[in-house]
Amino acid sequence: MNNNDKLRERLAPWVAVLALVAIWEVSVRLLQVPEFIFPSASATAQALVTFAGPIGMHSWQTLWTTLAGFALGVAVGLALGFVIGSSRFLYHACYPLLVGFNAIPKVAFVPILVVWFGIGSVPAILTAFLICFFPIVVNVATGLATLEPEMEDVLRVLGARRIDVLLKVGLPRSLPYFFASLKIAITLAFVGTVVSETVASNQGIGYLMMSAGSQMRMALVFAGLIVISAMAMVMYELFALLEKRMTGWAHRGQR
Amino acid sequence: MADSTPFVDFDRVSLAYDDSGNAIEDISLSIREGEFVAFVGPSGCGKSTFMKLCTGLHAPTAGSVQVDGAAVGGPLKICGMAFQSANLLPWRTTLDNVLLPLEIVKPYRSQFRKRRAEFVGWARDLLRTVGLEGYEDQYPWQLSGGMQQRASICRALIHRPRLLMLDEPFGALDAFTREELWCVLRDLWEAQRFTVVLVTHDLREAAFLADTVYVMSRRPGRIIERREIDLPRPRELAVTYEKPFIDLVQQLRNLIGDIRSA
Repeated sequence: MNNNDKLRERLAPWVAVLALVAIWEVSVRLLQVPEFIFPSASATAQALVTFAGPIGMHSWQTLWTTLAGFALGVAVGLALGFVIGSSRFLYHACYPLLVGFNAIPKVAFVPILVVWFGIGSVPAILTAFLICFFPIVVNVATGLATLEPEMEDVLRVLGARRIDVLLKVGLPRSLPYFFASLKIAITLAFVGTVVSETVASNQGIGYLMMSAGSQMRMALVFAGLIVISAMAMVMYELFALLEKRMTGWAHRGQR
Repeated sequence: MADSTPFVDFDRVSLAYDDSGNAIEDISLSIREGEFVAFVGPSGCGKSTFMKLCTGLHAPTAGSVQVDGAAVGGPLKICGMAFQSANLLPWRTTLDNVLLPLEIVKPYRSQFRKRRAEFVGWARDLLRTVGLEGYEDQYPWQLSGGMQQRASICRALIHRPRLLMLDEPFGALDAFTREELWCVLRDLWEAQRFTVVLVTHDLREAAFLADTVYVMSRRPGRIIERREIDLPRPRELAVTYEKPFIDLVQQLRNLIGDIRSA
């Protein structure tokens, strides 16, 4: 690939964003959609600027609760994935439970969390946690559980204990799975936080959108949407970068 | 050497993994220290099971297995193992892959930090003898299949095992690379004279490398033929194109054919 192609490849996502914004703006104007139904791109941009202060405050709330829930998800996901993945018995015992748990819409937990913890940051953090730990558990457990039996024989004959095999082979081997799952988990964590904020909080982007919507200030609602997706994209890219850094050996084909 | 006590001794050994019957049945044999033994047989005849018993990874359901004069009660760290797939760890360099057993096996594991420089020396020497000098810092995925297999054999030998177990180590290689690696293994063995148990489908491989070839029957695996290969050593690859060798392989082939059609 020459430099020109590379440059085009790097610019392509930005061009796609601009194109989408342009289509949005033009179609809203041409169809003369009223702003309280579907605001134009420019109106949304204006709302972003006008309400920069409150938006900034609420985004910060959403960001830190998301990150807190995500951190909790990573810790629990890693630990649970390690335990489940390192024992065939536990893997078989717990997997159906986890799948069943994952199938429950997490929004259903929010009222319960509110009863337990009141409204505010705690339910948001916990919803983010509940929604994001599953992919981490599954990926880490799978990475550990799919160890080649021959490799295990090579080490076991040397007197390797279970923990040796896990630390020397299992854990590094599951790292690519782990980092891949982080990208998925961080975006899910945002979903969890915002869902919780819309029903059970008086701060955060979810709350902002909810209250703006009830006042028919759709430009502000859309500004909130944009901010959430921007934050999620930035975090996703951050973890994609981290993944590349940490597990380059697993992505050698793409260099 | 023939009069010394056997190094590996199987006495009427059977193993059943579950209720579906024996994987191997009533196997008695003994292997001298330093002997090169090959097992051939149709697929699914329990050759790999034999390896598990020999290394102590599995206990027999009947009979007894003795190695080096003592009954086998658990994994035997005097064994090194290599398989058809090289199974190198992709995040470690070739050198670090070869060093892995020393990080695990006693007594080296506790000395690993202190004696690291010395161990690296061992690994480099070993890699040089198999023709991998200059590839120490490459990652496994930068090596060809044959080179990976060489590294895998080095990994099996780094802790200076007295018993080397090879389970179809050259099965996935092309014919030329395979013959090259026969010679690598032959030279390693000639130099160090560890005991080798080689499990293979390839009769030429067995006949070229081994002192003794055991032919196994279909499941439940029994030993139906023990054949000493008295071709003079050291053997050159050219031997494999001469009449005595070809006749020998032919006879082994017929035996296997009989088993398969039975």
